[in-house]
Amino acid sequence: MSSIEERVKKIVAEQLGVKEEDVKPEASFVEDLGADSLDTVELVMALEEEFETEIPDEEAEKITTVQLAIDYIKENLG
Amino acid sequence: MVSPLGNTVEDTWSGILAGTSGAAPIETFDVSAFSTRFAATVKDFDPTPYMAAKEARKMDVFLQFGMVAAIQAVENSALEVNDENAPRIGACIGSGMGGIAEIEKNAMLIAEKGPRRVSPFFVPGAIINMVAGNISIKYGMKGPNLSTTTACTTGTHAVGLGLRAIQYGDADVMVCGGAEMVTTPVGLGGFCAARALSTRNDDPQTASRPWDRDRDGFVLGEGAGVLVLEEYEHARARGATILAELSGFGMSGDAHHMTSPPEDGAGAALSMRNALNDAGLEPGNVQYINAHGTSTPLGDKAEIQAVRSVFGDNVDGLAVSSTKSMTGHLLGAAGAIEAIFSVLAIRDQVAPPTINLENPDETCGGVNLVPGEAQEMAIDAVLSNSFGFGGTNGSLIFKRI
Repeated sequence: MSSIEERVKKIVAEQLGVKEEDVKPEASFVEDLGADSLDTVELVMALEEEFETEIPDEEAEKITTVQLAIDYIKENLG
Repeated sequence: MVSPLGNTVEDTWSGILAGTSGAAPIETFDVSAFSTRFAATVKDFDPTPYMAAKEARKMDVFLQFGMVAAIQAVENSALEVNDENAPRIGACIGSGMGGIAEIEKNAMLIAEKGPRRVSPFFVPGAIINMVAGNISIKYGMKGPNLSTTTACTTGTHAVGLGLRAIQYGDADVMVCGGAEMVTTPVGLGGFCAARALSTRNDDPQTASRPWDRDRDGFVLGEGAGVLVLEEYEHARARGATILAELSGFGMSGDAHHMTSPPEDGAGAALSMRNALNDAGLEPGNVQYINAHGTSTPLGDKAEIQAVRSVFGDNVDGLAVSSTKSMTGHLLGAAGAIEAIFSVLAIRDQVAPPTINLENPDETCGGVNLVPGEAQEMAIDAVLSNSFGFGGTNGSLIFKRI
């Protein structure tokens, strides 16, 4: 089983159409990876699907970088 | 152009001139319970030379077809959109039904997993005007941005209204056409239920047989066609290759029935007369008609009645054919691909054939329906017809430059 980091990076790369090596922890979805507001909504949905969880909208809004996504998943799926 | 005969204009046109059928069994979903189990499907379609896979994923297949056709058209026209001309360049590209596949997919997701699983790209990925929208975004076209949705007349109306936008002075260039992809369970099921489709499941390639005595309904098609219309002096000034003049556009409504035309084809005749008047032509000036000719028992007969009433004795010198015998019926894209075939008929001085026409309907006596093989002939003007559910009619006339 891949680590949470690997799974998050893979989903970000797939959803945003970027290379996995560009998906660095500090990368911002909008500023560094070219996402628009609809892309970020879809990305959160893909994370929900992958980790079989529901991320409330007010939490989803705060997930703006790769690391924040990894942190959220770790904290909430612990 | 993306069509059941090829994914470019030239590939499709070679297929047309060779009299090829694009019909095949449907393999994208389980059709065993459907009364019709084949369609004229697009083959080997790959949008990624034209757009990133990530962009394609956000679009229903009809939008992908439309975008590929529109990009091909703009590239072929060698039009360069810049800051100066952008406000004068627009688009009018329609669809009969829009993103049925995405609507179905998201409806199933809601039923299975609840509303949170609906994609944020569902709406912009399914609505009808998004070929026009996306092509304007890609090239920075800031002129009128429109879409038509008039069932099977959509493509013809899109081209005609694009012409009007240029004539009225709203734009110098309009990128016009239609796109359709309803080969899905709901789309196929709907047309099966309406008893509109041929059920010749044992031999799909002979199922679309306009004006043949044994015709039993149309063959569902899919794809997209897009043309670049340009004001004449504007096109000349930039040294564009001008293929033909769009010289007339006519419209009418049957005011008769939801899905059937009146037997005498009065609405179709009015549409053709309006186009002739708009072009300032007499019936004797037209050599070829690209008919609506869908291969339905009633529609084919009514169209021939209408042609007779408009053209009278001039029917003798006229070629009338249905390219739907090969492409199937592309619904909202039909008028657009047929407008392109009309232009190519003028360019190559050839009338495309009506295939599968073995025993012409007795009402067609004396009309040259171009059976079986293309006919080389002198063509100065072509009339292209489209008629749709709701009794909506449109006719275009193209002239040789």
